[in-house]
Amino acid sequence: MSDIHTSHDGASHGSYKSYIIGLVLSIVLTLISFGVVMTGSFGIPTMMITVVVTAIIQVLVQLVLFMHLNTKSEGGWNVLSFVFTAGILVLIIGGSLWIMHNIHINMMLG
Amino acid sequence: MATDTIKQHDAHAHDGHEHHDAGAMKVFGFWIYLMSDLVIFGTLFATFGVLATATAGGPTSQEIFELPFVLVETFLLLISSFTFGLAVLAQNAGDRGAVLKWLAVTFLLGAGFISMEIYEFHHLIAEGAGPDRSAFLSAFFTLVGTHGLHVTFGLIWIAIMFFQISKRGLDSVTMPRMLCLSLFWHFLDIVWICVFSFVYLIGAM
Amino acid sequence: MFGKLSLDSIPFHEPIIMVTVAAIALGGAIVVGLITYYRKWAYLWTDWVTSIDHKKIGVMYFLVALVMLVRGFADAIMMRTQQALAAGGAEGYLPPHHFDQIFTAHGVIMIFFVAMPMVIGLMNLVVPLQIGARDVAFPFMNNLSFWLFAVGMILVNLSLFIGEFAKTGWLAYAPLSELRYSPDVGVDYWIWALQLSGIGTTLTGINFFVTILKMRTKGMTLFRMPIFTWTAFCTNVLIILSFPILTVTIALLTLDRYLGMHFFTNDMGGSQMMYVNLIWAWGHPEVYILILPAFGVFSEVIATFTKKRLFGYKTMVWATAAITVLSFIVWLHHFFTMGAGANVNAFFGIMTMIIAIPTGVKIFNWLFTMYRGRIQFTTPVLWTIGFIITFTLGGMTGVMLAVPGANFVLHNSLFVIAHFHNVIIGGVVFGMMAGFTYWFPKAFGFTLSEKWGKRSFWCWLIGFYVAFMPLYALSFFGAMRRMQSYEQSEWQPLMIVAWFGAVIIACGIACIVIQLVVSIRDRDKNRDLTGDPWDARTLEWSTSSPPPNYNFAYLPDVASIDSYWEMKQQPGGFKRELATKFEDIHMPKNTAEGPIMSLFALFFGFALIWHIWWLVGLGAIGMFVTFMFRIFNNDTDYHVSAAEVEKTEREYHKRLEMQA
Repeated sequence: MSDIHTSHDGASHGSYKSYIIGLVLSIVLTLISFGVVMTGSFGIPTMMITVVVTAIIQVLVQLVLFMHLNTKSEGGWNVLSFVFTAGILVLIIGGSLWIMHNIHINMMLG
Repeated sequence: MATDTIKQHDAHAHDGHEHHDAGAMKVFGFWIYLMSDLVIFGTLFATFGVLATATAGGPTSQEIFELPFVLVETFLLLISSFTFGLAVLAQNAGDRGAVLKWLAVTFLLGAGFISMEIYEFHHLIAEGAGPDRSAFLSAFFTLVGTHGLHVTFGLIWIAIMFFQISKRGLDSVTMPRMLCLSLFWHFLDIVWICVFSFVYLIGAM
Repeated sequence: MFGKLSLDSIPFHEPIIMVTVAAIALGGAIVVGLITYYRKWAYLWTDWVTSIDHKKIGVMYFLVALVMLVRGFADAIMMRTQQALAAGGAEGYLPPHHFDQIFTAHGVIMIFFVAMPMVIGLMNLVVPLQIGARDVAFPFMNNLSFWLFAVGMILVNLSLFIGEFAKTGWLAYAPLSELRYSPDVGVDYWIWALQLSGIGTTLTGINFFVTILKMRTKGMTLFRMPIFTWTAFCTNVLIILSFPILTVTIALLTLDRYLGMHFFTNDMGGSQMMYVNLIWAWGHPEVYILILPAFGVFSEVIATFTKKRLFGYKTMVWATAAITVLSFIVWLHHFFTMGAGANVNAFFGIMTMIIAIPTGVKIFNWLFTMYRGRIQFTTPVLWTIGFIITFTLGGMTGVMLAVPGANFVLHNSLFVIAHFHNVIIGGVVFGMMAGFTYWFPKAFGFTLSEKWGKRSFWCWLIGFYVAFMPLYALSFFGAMRRMQSYEQSEWQPLMIVAWFGAVIIACGIACIVIQLVVSIRDRDKNRDLTGDPWDARTLEWSTSSPPPNYNFAYLPDVASIDSYWEMKQQPGGFKRELATKFEDIHMPKNTAEGPIMSLFALFFGFALIWHIWWLVGLGAIGMFVTFMFRIFNNDTDYHVSAAEVEKTEREYHKRLEMQA
């Protein structure tokens, strides 16, 4: 049964330190992306990349520091299920955008 | 090592084990539910991505988004995520009073977020930029509104937890529920980060 | 007061519907009368409706599925009759608006209310027993899932005599399903029936995913799980990740219809093609949700009745996993002709063909298991062999459809109809019938009549070929799907052949009913006293038939794949010894909260369909309040006392000794 019941509470508990680091990082990352867009002095590609990268980092910050997602809880099934879901979402969202974009071009819908 | 009879466990030990696991199983099940909820939001994001430019001559995202307002909303939710973390820490320490205190603070921050969102929606509809104006606005209102509905359910849940914990304290029933609620609340924060980044910031470019 | 609902909503002017309604009312009255006469209401309520026992919930799912199979088949034979008649200018007997409702209802019922409940029913009955568990992870939720599903089923059937059903085809493509083109309640029935039952399905997916991961007995590692459990596991992964897409798609259509939004309308920027894209992003995984458990059934059946371990257990598992992932990357093949470019079509075409590889691996696994095995030609084995041949054929026509160029010719023709019936009847129906025959004794304690089972199989097999091979041929002459009538009288002979095939299938269904009646009548002759009538391999056969509500007095200890078989092969064999000491067993209590919540959900859905807003509120509040009762209910479980366990086990052993 060892592979089934490695963890008991589903997640580790975190500490004040991890929550405070998480909060500070979240605020800083939010301000960075907000600032880059608000100043308007960067090109669209720079802004895009900044927004996307800070968003991804911030999601990871929340997952690790607030939700305490780690590879050990529930024998790794927490992480595995999240990674699998995220992967499928990339396929569905990316696929939908690709298909619909392609259709719009081919059918000259603008 | 196949056995010739089905082995007999010490049922009492096993029974205790089941009890111990029940809470963890609930939290794990809730995590899996969140994965399906993630697909709901992912599908809404895909729809928004496809329809973002379908403004049908109506207002565009650049015209209607007010980023400083949304930044305040974002901070309310970010800080509420933090205060919920403090509630979980208080629960780990067995401090019922502190749990209730931080739940109340989280509730107020979440309610502030929802109030701002209702104000924003009301403002847009009054300006003629309601969800029936164009496909873009339908997608915008639905994506942001679905998140708002989730936050509203979160607030109701916080109120119920507050009531339940003040009534029966921290026990094997309320503690796993608190952990589920904490996952839910942080999850909504994650979704909001994506809304803030991919809907508001990129839409305002 | 009653929204759009009035006496005019009841189709008095439709004789066919009125006769059906009268027949259903009469049948219903007889059933109600019998239950009352035999004073079985209390038994039904305490032992079935409120039951959280996974075995009983499984039986209820399967029972609903069989009843709905008859309803769905009635639709089918009406369509075949219409097409056999309405050639060369003839109008047939079904007007277009009725014909359109029938093909919509047929598709919706067969997929959502026959195939799904069969799959979920078998999963409920078998999975906890196969993994050596006493129940599922969330028993209350399991009961709620069933009743939410039942609400969807009730709504579909209500549409028969209050209002009408959708006339849009089973997936309600926009913009036809939008308010402008479907202003009636038909699409709303479709929306709320699928939305409510879909939520039940998602909850089931979560429930069994957690059950399989967390409730396995000692020693049962992932790679010792029976194949049926593996396929159920992958099916649940697909449910969890794809049903939310359906939920969202239907919700967006709802917003269009109820709040005037513009997701899929053809004005104000709406995109009908996005609807097609989203519905198939769910729809294709759905196909595999249905077929994977059928694959699992065949694997169990073949291993049991050839008395061999399944050939290539690990490749079977990995093939299942590969199909699970691939099923998310092929959805565009349902709309090759929608206007995407060659690169998009080529990508999805190739991905579709790749799925044939893991499926082919499975076919060879079954063949090699049979090779040099001692095959017993029981009914489940016949279904399996019929499946291997029929499904392979259907798979090949599927690969043909996966070629975008060919698809442009075959799209929307009867070829598509023939193809998917080829895989759904040959795959899912045959699989579920095999599973039904195989596990029936486990659920009820006696075996089904082999004679009538075999007759049913031959009727279904022959009937399928007679009904659907002509459709392949007709498609090459240009016959499209969903035709209410057609000019080309030269198609009529083949249409009549197809109708005859449907009649043979009707005999197959009749044989199933007779099989049940005969087997129940002769149950004392066919008792399964040991709990293992087939000399089978997996844990569900190590307990009594039917199992006690706690399944296992002591949780089994597993050391290999097919561990029960291995135990039997040990010197001295497997002994069903009576334990010397019994312990209390912790079990969940039956509860009325699931059915009550679902009753309010029924009010809620029905009221939304007819715009009866006060009832919508009442339904929503009722659901919430009942849920609160659940949340604040501390009395959810109990202990089966050791004495009671001992009594149950002693009775079982007395039966065993009597047989010996």
